[in-house]
Amino acid sequence: MAVSLKDVLGGDVRSAARLMRDLDDEIPAANRLLKRLYKHTGRAYIVGITGAPGSGKSTLVDTLTDHLRGQGKNVGIVAIDPTSPFTGGAILGDRIRMQKHAIDDKVFIRSLATRGHLGGLSKSTIDIVNVMDAMGKDIILIETVGVGQDEVEIVKVAHTNLVVVVPGLGDDIQAIKAGILEIADIFVVNKSDREGADKTRRELETMVAMNEYRKGDWVPPVLPAVAQTGAGVAELMEAIEGHRKFIYLEENLGQYQAGKARVELLEILKKKLVEKAVDDLERHGLLEPIIEEIARKKTDPYSIVEKVVDHSFAFHLIGGNDRTGSKRKKT
Amino acid sequence: MASALARSRETTKERKPGRKVRILIGKPGLDGHDRGAKIIARALRDAGFEIIYTGLHQTPEMIVSAAAQEDVDGIGLSILSGAHNYLLPRIVEMLREKKMGNVVVFGGGIIPDEDIPKLKRKGVDRMFTPGTPLQEIVEYVRERVKPRK
Ligand code: B12
Ligand SMILES: Nc1nc2c(ncn2[C@@H]2O[C@H](COP(=O)(O)OP(=O)(O)OP(=O)(O)O)[C@@H](O)[C@H]2O)c(=O)[nH]1
Ligand SMILES: [Mg+2]
Repeated sequence: MAVSLKDVLGGDVRSAARLMRDLDDEIPAANRLLKRLYKHTGRAYIVGITGAPGSGKSTLVDTLTDHLRGQGKNVGIVAIDPTSPFTGGAILGDRIRMQKHAIDDKVFIRSLATRGHLGGLSKSTIDIVNVMDAMGKDIILIETVGVGQDEVEIVKVAHTNLVVVVPGLGDDIQAIKAGILEIADIFVVNKSDREGADKTRRELETMVAMNEYRKGDWVPPVLPAVAQTGAGVAELMEAIEGHRKFIYLEENLGQYQAGKARVELLEILKKKLVEKAVDDLERHGLLEPIIEEIARKKTDPYSIVEKVVDHSFAFHLIGGNDRTGSKRKKT
Repeated sequence: MASALARSRETTKERKPGRKVRILIGKPGLDGHDRGAKIIARALRDAGFEIIYTGLHQTPEMIVSAAAQEDVDGIGLSILSGAHNYLLPRIVEMLREKKMGNVVVFGGGIIPDEDIPKLKRKGVDRMFTPGTPLQEIVEYVRERVKPRK
């Protein structure tokens, strides 16, 4: 099935879904379409939802979607689950909690597997969000793989980041404290129907209060919610709107946009450079022999990578076609 | 050593771009028996497939809509309630209406033997009944469900 840009921009589900698939599978033709599509992006508001496994992220996405649909918004949802490192397979189960919107044609839900990528997103997430953006979604909710570390890419992709915390973490809040403040624009204490919700909320508030903010900084609010019943979600919507207004302030918008552009560039660069290096090595039949040599300790990966980067890449980037690597003798 | 090397070769390959088969596993109708569906989902994940598990209480509309958004190659349905003669053909029909007739529909559950040929005629590729070894199901899926063009 050939995908046309026009169909994607017109919001056609099958075309958009196929393009997303091609991007996830890294089919080269899809990239060409993405280039043309890029200038149609930038209209959607992007919200990231991060939190420990089982904290209620999918349920919250479902409830947020209720509210957004109530406002007539066209909603995109990207839900990421981990790929098994042993088998390469994955069970993507976030849809289970998003049933209310399963047949609403203004809600597009896409499940993605991490496929070995770290940081809570899949390699394709940025691309797929761009497709949803171009197909006319007003708002895109991204549910990340449950992570609690500071190495969370979503921060740079989303306009507003929700960090979902549940009661009963106890001292764990101290443990996750490290990166969590930088991630959260809004803290959601979900499952506030459970015991200990007030305590968790107070602890988070103290944590926020102890952080040093300068004038004009955004101070993340801590909001209780019960995603299952929808309690607190109206307030959460207001807080998201508040943060939207904040980053759209003239003095903040440029900073956000530059931050996002930087991440987009660096992520795509990383992906493409690695691909190209591996392809080159393979084309010259060097990949497997080198791996074997490293495994036998006849050479070391540091020297190999240095060679690859210094020689074959430099020539590529400046348009030369001398491939020093191909003359490399096998030892 | 040799096998470790072979294995490492496989992982380099797996990281390479390329089609990954995506399969939706769902439970249509009001039937709450989900053990079978979960076991199948896990077995297929362990065989390297990407499984979109939609859970219980799916209408044919929900299944077809999810299949379109997720761009799946196959749909595996689990029914133990007896409603298969209506639900399964309806799903196949709706897929065809949406020009998704090439998505392979298969499934399993409590299905009387005499119903299976009828379901096949209506476009259900294959049904598995209780006691089928998981390996047999995995092999069938490997054989039959290919990434759509
Ligand atoms: C366990 C069970 C339950 C559990 C379910 C727990 C759960 N969460 O799943 C409980 C106790 C809740 C239950 C309740 C009921 N049950 Co019950 N239950 C069973 C029982 C004993 C085993 C089912 C099971 O889990 N098997 C294990 C799994 C792994 O096997 P499986 O699902 O068949 O899957 C295999 C294949 O069928 C196939 N397969 C199945 N799905 C799929 C999907 C794909 C994609 C593929 C490729 C293959 C595949 O592959 C699997 C591996 O071989 C069966 C009897 C039986 N022996 O089958 C009755 C049975 C299914 N139940 C039955 C009934 C009537 C009920 C109730 C209505 C009873 C009542 N009056 O309250 C309720 C209804 C519940 C509901 N909401 O729908 C009847 C159904 C009769 C019918 N269809 O005509 C059965 C057949 C019992 C009987 N002989 O009467 N039940
Ligand atoms: N008591 C209570 N349970 C909730 C609430 N929100 C969600 N749950 C339940 O918590 C469980 C996990 O919810 P999910 O929405 O699947 O959580 P998740 O964070 O998306 O989980 P993963 O995607 O697996 O990381 C489910 O059983 C929900 O029903 C809540 O506010 N209160
Ligand atoms: Mg989830």
